[in-house]
Amino acid sequence: MLRSPTITRTRLRLLKTVLFIACLLPAGGMILGIYGVEGFGLGANPVEELIHRNGEWALRLLLATLAVTPIRRLTGAAWLVRLRRMLGLFAFFYAILHFLAYAIIDQGLALDFIIEDVIERPFITLGVLALLMLLPLAATSTDGMMRRLGRRWKKLHRLVYPIAILGVWHYWWQVKQDVREPVVYAAILAILLGYRLWTRPRVHRRPIQDRQTQDPATG
Amino acid sequence: MIIKRTDDIRSDEITDEAVYVERRRFLRMAGFAALGAAASSRIAAASPRELKSFEALTESPYSTDERPNSYEDITTYNNFYEFGTGKDQPHRYARDFQPRPWEVTVSGECDKPGTYSYEDIVRPHPPEERIYRLRCVEAWSMVVPWVGIPMADLLRRFGPNSRAKFVRFVTLHDPDRMPGQRWPVLDWPYVEGLRIDEAMHPLTIMAIGVYGKELPNQNGAPLRLVVPWKYGFKSIKSIVSIEFTEQQPGSSWEKAAPREYGFYANVNPEVDHPRWSQARERRIGAGALAPKQPTLMFNGYGEQVADLYAGLDLRKYY
Repeated sequence: MLRSPTITRTRLRLLKTVLFIACLLPAGGMILGIYGVEGFGLGANPVEELIHRNGEWALRLLLATLAVTPIRRLTGAAWLVRLRRMLGLFAFFYAILHFLAYAIIDQGLALDFIIEDVIERPFITLGVLALLMLLPLAATSTDGMMRRLGRRWKKLHRLVYPIAILGVWHYWWQVKQDVREPVVYAAILAILLGYRLWTRPRVHRRPIQDRQTQDPATG
Repeated sequence: MIIKRTDDIRSDEITDEAVYVERRRFLRMAGFAALGAAASSRIAAASPRELKSFEALTESPYSTDERPNSYEDITTYNNFYEFGTGKDQPHRYARDFQPRPWEVTVSGECDKPGTYSYEDIVRPHPPEERIYRLRCVEAWSMVVPWVGIPMADLLRRFGPNSRAKFVRFVTLHDPDRMPGQRWPVLDWPYVEGLRIDEAMHPLTIMAIGVYGKELPNQNGAPLRLVVPWKYGFKSIKSIVSIEFTEQQPGSSWEKAAPREYGFYANVNPEVDHPRWSQARERRIGAGALAPKQPTLMFNGYGEQVADLYAGLDLRKYY
């Protein structure tokens, strides 16, 4: 299946359903944890656990979104791109939950403390920036918006690259001392972005043709 | 819902303070017992080592009357990088650690240097219960019913001389027994230090237990420092060396990130960590929806320790 460029509509629908459910599993686990279901415990510091887990899933799904194009190109499975929007929106979903867990549960919506954090703590500044940049991407993720924005849609959605960099950086700076996990995220991100730089169409050689052959949904 | 105003309450409805205190004490002890029983059944499976109970524990006027955290919170959520950098890792990866036999080397500016066994260290001192607040530099806190011996009584036995201005403590360095040391996340072994007057302060203890029993491995068995007015990382665990020095010793976290962790590391809500605020703290076990509480200067022990730092710029010496 992975090698064929297309799949049937039924199969795509099935795949999307499975992916949708899979993307909801981490949230489900957290809900079971909140209700104290045995085996899903959030540990002694549930607030911190919720913040961290949502943040990690936001990053993982963001990296998965960015992995679609390289995998698609390497395998020829063009249909993979049909799953990308869902991955991106779930990354946004967990990023929002991450922020809400911080702002509502951890800070108790104490605006003065939140503002102080955003201004004075660089790792929080980075995270908030990344989240703000995700907003227009989520808002323009519909088919209608894609049509309406045309070529500008693609330009706008290139924001995902700086967002991913800010997100991983935010994680790195938050960690106290042991940066092994953020290093793994950074390495994967470097591979995904490096692949794009490496395979970038050489504009100076065949500018017109390149623009035409490029898939408008390529990110 | 009817909320009684103060003047609606007849004076005979008000609990006499002595009765209240006694009742609190009873509830606390009953709570301890119940928690202990509940915890031991859950933790027993995870801990192959039998933790002995201390028989006679002296109560201490230094204990807080705040409700201690559950045994489970205290033993499953803490930092002990020697067994992993996640706070749920020490209790998992310290399971098979054997803290006996145990020896402590005493050296430096003192009359009785030498190698002392755990039993030599502990035996002469009646163990006390010290219920202390513990404030982690990461802005969370607990209340822990330690069992310990006053550090001053212990250190005096080694006869520190007039050049002993500081005390340097070192954790066991044995990557075979402490798997976290196989990765250089800190410059092993873990080292901490106190000024001699801080070390000799009556609040400072060498902890040997928690909840009336021996220290579990993950909490720093068999011997750990507890300095309740300083951030938790000062309270070095699994101590194998005590050295009296004339010069201020360096500490592991100071070495790892000097801008973030100082030698003093006194709890101070006015001096933020460069990456997060120290003004408030999350009390573990208070419930996910409980608001953070304000952090107190010297973790609420200012009355006892503030004069140690008279004239010292606490912003500069954080």
